[in-house]
Amino acid sequence: MKKMLLLAGTALAVALGASAASAQDKFKACWVYVGPIGDFGYSYQHDQGRLQVEKELGDKVETAYLENVAEGPDAERAIERFAREGCQLIFTTSFGFMDPTIKVAKKFPDVKFEHATGFKKADNVAIYNARFYEGRYILGQIAAKESKAGLAGYIVSFPIPEVVMGINAFMLGAQSVNPDFKVKIVWVNTWFDPGKEADAAKALFDQGADIIVQHTDSTAPLQIAEERGLKGFGQSSDMVKFAPKAQMTSIVDDWGPYYVKRVQAALDGTWTATDVWEGIKDGAVVMAEYANMADDTKKLAEETEAKIADGSFHPFTGPIVDQEGKERYPAGAVVPDGDLLGMNWYVKGVDDKLPQ
Amino acid sequence: MLEAIILTVITAATPLLLAAIGELVVERSGVLNLGVEGMMAMGAVSGFAASLTFGTPFAGIVAGALAGMAVSLVFAFVTQTLVANQVASGLALTLFGLGLAGLLGEGFVGTPGLKLPALFIPGLTDLPVVGRILFGQDILVYVSFALVLGVSWFLFRTRAGLVLRAVGDNHGSAHALGYSVVRVRYLAVLFGGACAGLGGAYLSLAYTPLWVETMTAGRGWIALALVVFSSWLPSRLVVGAYLFGAVTILQLHAQPLGLGVPAQFMSMLPYLATVIVLVLISGNRRTTRFNTPACLGTPFVPDR
Repeated sequence: MKKMLLLAGTALAVALGASAASAQDKFKACWVYVGPIGDFGYSYQHDQGRLQVEKELGDKVETAYLENVAEGPDAERAIERFAREGCQLIFTTSFGFMDPTIKVAKKFPDVKFEHATGFKKADNVAIYNARFYEGRYILGQIAAKESKAGLAGYIVSFPIPEVVMGINAFMLGAQSVNPDFKVKIVWVNTWFDPGKEADAAKALFDQGADIIVQHTDSTAPLQIAEERGLKGFGQSSDMVKFAPKAQMTSIVDDWGPYYVKRVQAALDGTWTATDVWEGIKDGAVVMAEYANMADDTKKLAEETEAKIADGSFHPFTGPIVDQEGKERYPAGAVVPDGDLLGMNWYVKGVDDKLPQ
Repeated sequence: MLEAIILTVITAATPLLLAAIGELVVERSGVLNLGVEGMMAMGAVSGFAASLTFGTPFAGIVAGALAGMAVSLVFAFVTQTLVANQVASGLALTLFGLGLAGLLGEGFVGTPGLKLPALFIPGLTDLPVVGRILFGQDILVYVSFALVLGVSWFLFRTRAGLVLRAVGDNHGSAHALGYSVVRVRYLAVLFGGACAGLGGAYLSLAYTPLWVETMTAGRGWIALALVVFSSWLPSRLVVGAYLFGAVTILQLHAQPLGLGVPAQFMSMLPYLATVIVLVLISGNRRTTRFNTPACLGTPFVPDR
């Protein structure tokens, strides 16, 4: 038994040595995901980006990833492990990885880090995000046009600025079509639990909503919409296969081009700790095909998308009034990015109390 | 509205009930199998895969049960034949099951599944209010109740059930009387695996017809807690599962009504309700101690 253990140990050491040797030849880029890559949503899309890096730069770059990493102390261990293992560029892809990333980055000044959807930077930590709110504004317009009840159900995960910003963008879009449009909100306190998301969708439909919007990652709410002959929107990836008659469009995250660009920059030695927030214009946010809606709705959605893409329209343009009726931004003013990223208040017309 | 809520509660409670009734039998035989979550995941992925492969969700039900049994057999071998620590083996089974399910299911991510059809009896299912609740469910809902009745009858009305309980309460005496402790426990663990597999299959075939990793989302652990909650009595298990399901669904319904109660508190409610009822039940010490299998979690090594 002892001998076998010894043998196994030697084999392991040899294997480790071999992998370390081969790792030295190639640049190593690593990804940390909050969910399983098989979620067909948020983490799946990030991994598609990683695969694109492998495809385009595979001869020079080696990639690795960790999935299902819980936000919190676990994340710090996972990120640190990558840093020790020789990863030269580490992408941490969830909001809750922000503090762990900053902490580990301090310990490893020679390693480059990129954190998604957060707001803390450092000399070796770049931040990147996508302007999903642009898509959510369009969803709002579609919902207001297509809803017969004038009421949408909105399933949300956690009260972080990204999510609140999404709700506000959706409402502003909806109100641009129908000023009396209503939304009902359910917090499920999870990014990913198909069963719970389905239950929330059922509850919202039972309360009279005829369109479902989600800021959680599974296809379950759309499937309920399909079952009931009602409508909804996909999340993160194109979910039309799950709801061919119910999905009107989906906000698709396309991280591939950004990842390729950044890894290339690191290879060339031109990498700096940038702060990037790309949207429809840059191809980071892509709208899935507009379907299952009236022609004039589709036309409106396409027009808005074009206006956002060419920069002539910003979804958060004043006047913007908050829930208490206070005017936060006067007519014509565009909400600065910093305010958007820290958004913790609802616009007028949202019938919900923001959990603090 | 009430009908809609009850219908949703049934879907939320059924997977818990299925997995928990199996675990109840396992624990009654004196074995603590903490691997329910892993077995459910295996049931979910196998059920999903089989339903697509054979083109019918009913194949998925069979495959889900078989897959649950297959992984539970590993657990039975390790804990009964090799007499390893049950807590550690059970935790390992959860991790193993979740991991293996993810691996097996890789090719099925992003594929829509087949939904288990609901029963339809003309005349009965059309009845107002109670029609769909009583006569419009899918087969696994009825199976879950049949299992509860069957297990109740088996445990307290049959000789074999008496033997199983004897093994769980005092394996030394049962062994001395000539019963094969290990064989009884093997069978109980396999039954538990099949039930957990069914619970998993319910998730991927009826609850949300799709497969993704981690779709069990902790339901195996809730099932385990429900067994303790029921103080090892099948009838109380139904109460527990439906109570948990009801509070989960009601808080989702209460939120959009705008009652002004913080959402975090709402999400906490199902667990809070479970704990409160647990405290109330355990107030009666005698019944609790009377029902707890005395040999729960204790490995059995026959002295030769």
